[in-house]
Amino acid sequence: MTDVLRVEDLSVAFHTRGGVVRALDRVGFAVEAGQTMALVGESGSGKSVTAYAIMGLLEAAGRITGGRAFLGDTDLVATPAAAMARIRGKRIAMIFQNPRAALNPIRGVGKQIADVLLRHGGATRSNAWDRAIDALRAVGIPDPSRRAKAYPFELSGGMCQRVMIAIAVAARPELLIADEPTTGLDVTTQAVVMDLIGEMARDTGMATILITHDLALAAERAGRIAVMHAGHMVEEADTASLLAGPRHPYTARLIAATPTAAGSLESLQSVPGGLPDLRSASIPHCRYAARCERSVPGCDAVLAMRPVADRHAVACWNPL
Amino acid sequence: MTALLELENVRKHFPTGGKSLFGGGVASFVHAVDDVSLTVEPGETLGLVGESGCGKSTLVRLITRLLDVTDGKIWFNRRELSDVPARIFARDADRAHIQMVFQDAGESINPRFTAADAIADPLRRLLGLRGEALRARVEEAALQCGLPLELLGRFPHQLSGGQRARVGIARAIGTRPRLLVLDEPTAALDVSVQVTVLKLLQQLKTDLGLSYIFVSHDLNVVRLLCDRVVVMYLGKIVESGPAQAVFEAPRHPYTRSLVAAVPRLDGVRQDAARLVGDPRSPIDPDPHACRFHGRCPVGVDRCGVEMPALRSAGAGREAACHLVE
Repeated sequence: MTDVLRVEDLSVAFHTRGGVVRALDRVGFAVEAGQTMALVGESGSGKSVTAYAIMGLLEAAGRITGGRAFLGDTDLVATPAAAMARIRGKRIAMIFQNPRAALNPIRGVGKQIADVLLRHGGATRSNAWDRAIDALRAVGIPDPSRRAKAYPFELSGGMCQRVMIAIAVAARPELLIADEPTTGLDVTTQAVVMDLIGEMARDTGMATILITHDLALAAERAGRIAVMHAGHMVEEADTASLLAGPRHPYTARLIAATPTAAGSLESLQSVPGGLPDLRSASIPHCRYAARCERSVPGCDAVLAMRPVADRHAVACWNPL
Repeated sequence: MTALLELENVRKHFPTGGKSLFGGGVASFVHAVDDVSLTVEPGETLGLVGESGCGKSTLVRLITRLLDVTDGKIWFNRRELSDVPARIFARDADRAHIQMVFQDAGESINPRFTAADAIADPLRRLLGLRGEALRARVEEAALQCGLPLELLGRFPHQLSGGQRARVGIARAIGTRPRLLVLDEPTAALDVSVQVTVLKLLQQLKTDLGLSYIFVSHDLNVVRLLCDRVVVMYLGKIVESGPAQAVFEAPRHPYTRSLVAAVPRLDGVRQDAARLVGDPRSPIDPDPHACRFHGRCPVGVDRCGVEMPALRSAGAGREAACHLVE
């Protein structure tokens, strides 16, 4: 399979009044066509920063300090802003956590889809509206010609997320980044929205990056999972092997902390400690070392992801 | 055993302002809570689940007496509370006995209050504590919740998510309540911290002899903490029973879909019971049709003309469905 996106050694720093926050440090991964890759980790682990860096949407204080991100042959990191604006929405699209906030509140949803079709989808003024209605129908919105005239506040959260998906896939992107797409939605709606994203990916061969804090959701929807911690990627593997045999102590802890349909409260374990201060000049090479029960004297050496099995890599000096 | 809390045919209808400008026409009502009866025994944890818009939050506001019922009765500790107007109840002695833990302590605590102020506020207002007695009670509550005393001087933004959750809980148990209503207490937390907070809640329940009403989207969490569970759909209870049994073998088709939609760590997906569409409107619903009719994967014609009653389904379980024997 060909890689749609290949991220190499991506580093991001934020310049704040409190100092330079090294939010992302040499993160690398690849997503194949038609594949869903999940980025999981606690809040502050750098999942969303990775997405925003790839999209060229980092806020002013954030800077990419190194690395590359290839979409096909295009290095997105080296692409100037004007050219990025032509790639965003066309070749990469993104859906966000709170769809109602991400949509324009004072523009009908049909027009918002038509805008994207006109800009990136090769639509003309005469057929954009009809194609917007088709797009709404394709994401399973009942009575699409009426709903196209609705404003976001008139639609439920699940409906708004379907509109977002319609906008995102309008130009048939090669890559979809879904940043916590179902957080705040009911589980029943979550299932429907995730089904829809899966169908779109299957039909168009688009690659998907699913950003989520919910390991169970990742387990259900992604073929591959990358675990992030404090701006580092710590483990990456096919979903089944990651869950069955996690090698990084942090991944094992995350799995042990996730409530399941069986098991008792006593059997669940928390992840002790918190994220290290990413502002200090002397962040340890392993950012998990202070929380880790398996840390050994060698853990202070320079650390990188290394393969431990087929399609399974881990950044740990003392893996499980 | 006498129930700590008992609800009898409780209704809450909100007018929609649907009347025409000139006062003609018929008023419309949102049937937020319709004919709900339930009990909470001393020391019991009752889970309340359902989609957004099912009436969970309204029911919680009725129980905590922030809202007045349209109809029906609420008994707390054998005293009828439903005839005490919410405005008066704010200064009632039982106010201190029913307390609430809100979803995101970062949002629900006054940002200009330190942790100590936040915990002290209900003690001051409801118990009239001052000075040394107040300080002692604040520290006691903080320690019970595993909140180090040196953090009491901090403001919410200086605390981590887990610490903020502890402040929210300490503030609720300070007045030594009998019943604690927890509205998604861990929704804002990472799984790494969630476990600690859930274990703390479990501990407090045994130590202080509390009863809980636990409202949550996360069925896996509900299952961990709750003895019994009540499933709501569009204002009505559709199923209730022991939590373990309900989640293992749900009787009502809605509960089945809800349970099937929860992502599982083993990655096995249950697509068969997928629920499509949105719930129908809660405004003046057809009194003769099952509220789930139309969205129900197994519904029959009878469901559209006859509202199923909540009936016993054996072993302490109840379900409101014509198809459950």
